[in-house]
Amino acid sequence: MITHAPILIIVTPLISAFFNILIGLWRRWLCYPFVITVLSACVFSSIAILDTVINYGTIHYKLGGWTPPWGIEYVIDHLNAFMAVIVSFISLIVAVYSKRSIEQELSEKIVYFYTIYLLLVTGLLGIIVTGDVFNLYVFLEIASLAGYALIAIGEDRAPLASFEYVIIGTVGACFYLLGVGYLYIVTGSLNMTDLSQLLPNLYHSKVVLVAFAFLMVGVAVKMAFFPLHVWLPDAYTYAPSTVSALVAATMTKVGAYVMIRIMFTLFKPYFSIELLPVTTVLGWIAVVAMMFGCIFAMAQSDLKRMLCYILIAEVGYIVLGVSFANRMGLTGAILHILNDAFMMACLFSVAGAIMYKIGKRDIKDFRHLHRKMPFTMAAFTIAALSVIGIPPTCGFFSKWYLILGAIDAQQWIFAVALMISSLLSAIVFFRVIENTYFEPRVPVHAHNGGTHEEIKMDEAPLSMLIPIFIMVAGILTLGIFSGKIISNVIQFAVPASF
Amino acid sequence: MEVISSIRPLLAVMVSLIAACLIVLTGERARNLRELWTILASVSKFIIVASMIPFIIQGKTLEYTIISLAPGLLLQLRVDAFGLLFGVLASTLWIATSLYSIGYMRGLNEHAQTRYFFCFAIALSATMGIAFAGNLLTLFVFYEVLTIATYPLVAHKETPEAIKAGRKYLAYTLTAGVVILLASAITYRLTGTLDFKPGGFLAGHASADMLRFLFVALIIGFGVKAAIMPIHEWLPTAMIAPTPVSALLHAVAVVKAGVFGVLRVILYVFGPGLLHDSGLWLILAYFVSFTIIGAAMLALAQDNLKRRLAFSTINNLAIIILGAALLSPSAIKGGMLHMANHGFMKITLFFVAGAIYVKTHKENVSELDGLGRQMPLTMGSFAIGAMGVTGIPPLCGFISKWYLCLGSLEAHEIVFLFVFLTSAFLDAAFFFPIVYRAFFKNPKEDVNPHFNEASMFMVIPLMTTAVASLVLGIFPNALVHFYEIVTLAVQNILGG
Amino acid sequence: MGTIEFIISKYNYWIYVLLMMIGFYAMIAKRNLVKKIVGMNIFQTAIILFFVSTGSKKGASIPIIQNGHGDVVSHAVNAAQYVNPLPHVLMLTAIVVMVSTFGVALALIIMIYRKYGTLEEDEIFEMSEILRLRK
Repeated sequence: MITHAPILIIVTPLISAFFNILIGLWRRWLCYPFVITVLSACVFSSIAILDTVINYGTIHYKLGGWTPPWGIEYVIDHLNAFMAVIVSFISLIVAVYSKRSIEQELSEKIVYFYTIYLLLVTGLLGIIVTGDVFNLYVFLEIASLAGYALIAIGEDRAPLASFEYVIIGTVGACFYLLGVGYLYIVTGSLNMTDLSQLLPNLYHSKVVLVAFAFLMVGVAVKMAFFPLHVWLPDAYTYAPSTVSALVAATMTKVGAYVMIRIMFTLFKPYFSIELLPVTTVLGWIAVVAMMFGCIFAMAQSDLKRMLCYILIAEVGYIVLGVSFANRMGLTGAILHILNDAFMMACLFSVAGAIMYKIGKRDIKDFRHLHRKMPFTMAAFTIAALSVIGIPPTCGFFSKWYLILGAIDAQQWIFAVALMISSLLSAIVFFRVIENTYFEPRVPVHAHNGGTHEEIKMDEAPLSMLIPIFIMVAGILTLGIFSGKIISNVIQFAVPASF
Repeated sequence: MEVISSIRPLLAVMVSLIAACLIVLTGERARNLRELWTILASVSKFIIVASMIPFIIQGKTLEYTIISLAPGLLLQLRVDAFGLLFGVLASTLWIATSLYSIGYMRGLNEHAQTRYFFCFAIALSATMGIAFAGNLLTLFVFYEVLTIATYPLVAHKETPEAIKAGRKYLAYTLTAGVVILLASAITYRLTGTLDFKPGGFLAGHASADMLRFLFVALIIGFGVKAAIMPIHEWLPTAMIAPTPVSALLHAVAVVKAGVFGVLRVILYVFGPGLLHDSGLWLILAYFVSFTIIGAAMLALAQDNLKRRLAFSTINNLAIIILGAALLSPSAIKGGMLHMANHGFMKITLFFVAGAIYVKTHKENVSELDGLGRQMPLTMGSFAIGAMGVTGIPPLCGFISKWYLCLGSLEAHEIVFLFVFLTSAFLDAAFFFPIVYRAFFKNPKEDVNPHFNEASMFMVIPLMTTAVASLVLGIFPNALVHFYEIVTLAVQNILGG
Repeated sequence: MGTIEFIISKYNYWIYVLLMMIGFYAMIAKRNLVKKIVGMNIFQTAIILFFVSTGSKKGASIPIIQNGHGDVVSHAVNAAQYVNPLPHVLMLTAIVVMVSTFGVALALIIMIYRKYGTLEEDEIFEMSEILRLRK
């Protein structure tokens, strides 16, 4: 079983997606436990893979026994194994969380929802484990198509937002495909390992440069990297809360993963650092993304939309770490992928729980909410502190490594930008926290305290609270244990030449 | 120096964290139980901290590594003499403050008391963490926790002004936080370690320009909480908070954490040798001298009692920093002693301000005429505290100021001797009129000329701290061995 | 090589770029959602064309090896005689992806039409404002 784990991790959710429909037709309520079981299996096999990778090194799995470069090969090193654990774990947690929220928002479509949900997970995990650039395109499209469908079932302008996403997402995917085409023309190979050995001789060829540009732009669209982020705020705002939590936490991170793969595995690091000024350009754009995201987040009154802009800023952080192109920076970026997955899943889940209970997303309506939903708001506060980067939450530790990366790269402006953007995000989140916890009163009445109108506690159901608190626990402990994570996994995921 | 691995420092940090959880779980339903947690935690925290004193006096160091992040980068608690000084100070005063808080909060029937006690307990955990932090990163972690935990306390009243004060507080302290973060990251990359070392660890690792930058960044970073002028603005604004919070902010946790950080940077990161050679100490010394005089002048102009006390705090914090900046043995000793002594005296003064407010709802100095007849115990304690801060023997303020003056002579900088003396003179100028008004002026109509004190929950703590500042003046080594601890710390730093 | 010759010798690339730009233009500039999808389809087809054309060779035949069956394939395969089949195979997959994208997009359009009763972008925005105000 374990030797086949790389393929099982994809096939299990894929096959189960179809079984899910059958099960749903027979007994509707069985879908939820079925999905949970399937995703638990995914988590289990991804952990098994990670364990194998840590103990025995990179796994090469030849699909159907065809040897590369002819057959499709799944190559799993520390980076993919790590990503697979993140994605499968987050999708499991969000699936647990989804029960009540889906019952309320999409009671008619539970069966189909979970089917597409599994397909989305299939796509994401496929992108992660594959070692073949064309196969990656296929999985990218599976994930995107599932994403379009899931977003479209949301409220208000969701179909329109999803349509926009389809158009832009397709352009991104096509660009990626074009890049693959150009690489194929000059090398005749689609296997990543093979390509990375064939390409260095061709680094000065214009075709390779064009291919690189197309690949990067394509991925940038998928990960909503500024300025190709325009589809994201609408799409993730109107999507059902569960979907926002899942895609916000995983989709952009998987995009970031693909970017790291292209820059440092497909192409040798010195190509993107020395031959082209890619890292410098990316760094500057990332800084703009961080500032833009935070400033636009300040202007929002809708909680989910605000989080969307924060997400854009967070993508900026990850790319900034990548752009430093040194050990510390990339460590910070990969650590931030993990941390941000937890933070975003938690924040969007909280937004969903609030929607579930009070049906509103406007920050102005949050007054007194800490009396009504104390646990949810506590979770929100902790996740917010993590985004700001307050120790001992995990967000601080990735920022620490990012700053170390900036120092090693002698990029003082970027280091300052990191600091400024964490202050900006502090403004963003403390606005919400202030609005929720404090009840401005006229000074005259301030002293006869205890005169609040009684607000009964009315918390979100446990099936929501428990996943949220698992994520909070993650936020609180991942940072403390970041040393272990780095020494066991991330340091091997960073290219040896750094 | 012998290093013992011990869990005590962690326990000292954790005990109030656990209490915070219990406080939240108990909530408003069982107020007495909730208050019991606070008192239990404060007492057990004191016992744990006090149990570490014998080890330190024997010249040992206690250490507990929470987790290792990277080579040379640990989350580590290490108790040395200087850390213990701050730990003992904070844990002692917390007992007084918790009792007083209970009296104050109930006396005013304040809202959101659970949140108040919760944040208070977290803030104390963070303060312990700061005191016992073994390196700059650990210190920073707890420093930020302290910022966040005290924010709801500052904005406690939830009036528009209070919320504004909270925002200002956050803006100042979070900005300071990222500055410290950047400076620590650079220090780590330069030296490969962040562990505090008596006498500093930065020497020989950085160019002169980089040293200057790091010094400025770290001093600004910690200086915000230590309210060095001109980055002190948040402190008077934060006076809007309930009085026990002000007392905590001023005497125990926040500003002292800032001063503690500054002293750690001066003495344990840069080290006296490096600072002396680079001449940076003189710049800092002139800068804080300006703060000393400026804050005292501004204090003269305040009518609001708490604001006047706030400026007096700014003045005293700068005195402590000046002591360390002078780098001579007596000056450092004086600075450290003043950190402890000022804690006792200033908390007394704030407790008095709070007691007056709870009893009579008076906030301004000009309204205090004749109050000594109504509240003799309270105003008597105020007189003791005021004399102490001014530096009149036999109160403890005298001892620390004596060493500070000696220190400025040792450093051959007569200018700073005059700074200390001028400041003492100004202290007298803005404190004694209050005492005079209270005892010698005829009461106005709205003052009850008969004995009518505030609740005993408030009067007993404030009298205790007043008496403590008197006792510490006569026996500086009494009870918790402040004098011995400080002497040890100075010996370690200067390699004596 | 002259410019004209250069252009002519790479004619397949010119055609694909032209088609792609037409599609791109329609996706960006057209206000009608159906026209946008048509543009998207042209865009994708251009890429298929590009891939397929890269596999072709002058004078080569379809990639089926004659006498390839039997006990042992005795003769070596001369690759120059056959068109490269791999891009074509890749495009089979890509076509599937594109068709499904097209399907999803059409489904979305139906949803949008049901909701707003129009497929013109500006009218949809107006309608959605009206719907929001009504709420």
